[in-house]
Amino acid sequence: MTTTQTQAAVRGPKAEVPQKPVRRRREGAAWVFLSPWVLGACVLTLLPMAVSLYLSFTDYDLFNAPNWVGLRNYTQMFTEDPRYWRSVGATLTYVVIAVPLQLALALVVALALKGMKRGRAFYRSAFYAPSLLGASMSIALVWRAIFNDGGTVDNLFGTGGWVNKPGWALFAVALLTVWQFGAPMVIFLAGLQQIPGELYEAAEVDGASRWRQFLSITVPMLSPVIFFNLVLQTIQAFQVFTPAFAVSAGKGGPADSTLFYTLYLYDRGFVASHMGYASAMAWVLLIAIGAVTAVLFRTSRSWVFYASEGDR
Amino acid sequence: MTTTTPTTVARKPLDWRRVALHAGCLAALLVMLYPLAWLLATSVKPADEVIASLNLLPGKLEWSNYETALDGVNDVSVTRLLTNSLLIAGGAVIGNVISCSLAAYAFARLRFRFRGPLFAFMIATIMLPHHAVLIPQYIIFNQLGMVNTYWPLILPKFLATEAFFVFLIVQFMRGLPRELEEAARIDGCGPFRSFFSVILPLTRPALITTAIFTFIWTWNDFFTQLIYLFSPEKFTLTLALRSFVDASSTSAFGPMFAMSVIALLPIVLFFLAFQRFLVEGMANSGIKG
Repeated sequence: MTTTQTQAAVRGPKAEVPQKPVRRRREGAAWVFLSPWVLGACVLTLLPMAVSLYLSFTDYDLFNAPNWVGLRNYTQMFTEDPRYWRSVGATLTYVVIAVPLQLALALVVALALKGMKRGRAFYRSAFYAPSLLGASMSIALVWRAIFNDGGTVDNLFGTGGWVNKPGWALFAVALLTVWQFGAPMVIFLAGLQQIPGELYEAAEVDGASRWRQFLSITVPMLSPVIFFNLVLQTIQAFQVFTPAFAVSAGKGGPADSTLFYTLYLYDRGFVASHMGYASAMAWVLLIAIGAVTAVLFRTSRSWVFYASEGDR
Repeated sequence: MTTTTPTTVARKPLDWRRVALHAGCLAALLVMLYPLAWLLATSVKPADEVIASLNLLPGKLEWSNYETALDGVNDVSVTRLLTNSLLIAGGAVIGNVISCSLAAYAFARLRFRFRGPLFAFMIATIMLPHHAVLIPQYIIFNQLGMVNTYWPLILPKFLATEAFFVFLIVQFMRGLPRELEEAARIDGCGPFRSFFSVILPLTRPALITTAIFTFIWTWNDFFTQLIYLFSPEKFTLTLALRSFVDASSTSAFGPMFAMSVIALLPIVLFFLAFQRFLVEGMANSGIKG
């Protein structure tokens, strides 16, 4: 999924000189194999994207034929809708808090497990389990109860329930994301195991401290994996829905503090039936995620190191 | 910080670093497992014990929570909800395994025009936010009269729309030796024979990973089910749990969390049975990519 991967795929295998008739037959066969994917890509991805772009310039409400309204959805969104900006704010705050915390914890645990001889497989599985369970409604309900008035957190710290306080509810949801650090941790751990041991041995001989080794060997060698996790988790964080829905009973409260972008999009599109407006929101989300990814890729040139580019 | 004086030559010195490491990991594990322990405990607590008690262990076991939960929600029994959830997840698994392995074989092994750009496009759709296509998809399925049926939840899986799994299987197939197909070709196998008899059996680990992840993600999915299903008898366990979201009274806690346990059980069982495939699958997604 990284650039090198894509480039390698674009170039394709070179050393192959197939005979003409075989090649033509294989070409036909390839399209047979691809046909479900091509159909899905056209009918369920490309066509919907085009349709939603069109609808974003209309007042479509699911029941009446769409009327062209020009840029009105967009101007309304950007200039007249305070809830829209609150949803943008809540989402950005959440992404900026949850993703770095989650990745930092994942890296620390992966480093701890790397040097472990016994029990690594056990811990790896155990820490990974929340990543599978955490997206469920069951866990979202548990979270709401634990962070509610009279819940565990209230009893332990006397802070009151977080989910009822505007400034705090977002952190409860962010902690649920941090709780699911297992998936990036497993990826980090696999990346750490690919770093050749000779590098550390050589550094040891040169008298480099462990911190120095971490900065000069681990971080650069792991940077493609850090980048992969950063992109993936950021994109996923932008789309979080279930926990915010459960924590706020679908309303995004208190005071719109957990009104995540997706929650507001659901509210506009499927509760209020403003499909045109929701389409415009979806396209802004698409462009925003594209822009964030592009920025991440751009900055990656200065800090992501691909071993295959230089000589090891 | 290793101790310097070993007592015997054969016996290794007690490594305090390692002890501290294990202690730290165990402590972290306990904190992480707390929500799950809380869930289990609350599912068997009587109503008056739920709130204002830090004690995880219930004073007395209230199994009737599970009896209430089994009755279900909105006059739909848990058996029915469970069947619905299984139906959707099962359909999704079959669809993803078939369609994604077909597409993956073409991308990994066959040559065709525009392969490079199409592969790049496939990779790009992995990052595409689901919500960008959600509304028009809904409108399409609405026009087809498929809203409030399971088709919108299952049909897309038969069209390889979850590109993540195509990518996963492509990566796996690229690792298989090409000589196998060369040999099959010399024996007169066309691409179809060599796919079904040579490649597919060898791809089994990647297919199992695909199947398990599809099952778990579909099982946990809430958003898509929320917009497409509205008749209570078509609800899944996830959607049934949703009706508890509005209920803030703690008297419903016992049955609600009993049902939550029932809803989590298949995932936990899958995890325990297939944890190797899951962890390896997740690890490989990042490394080979």
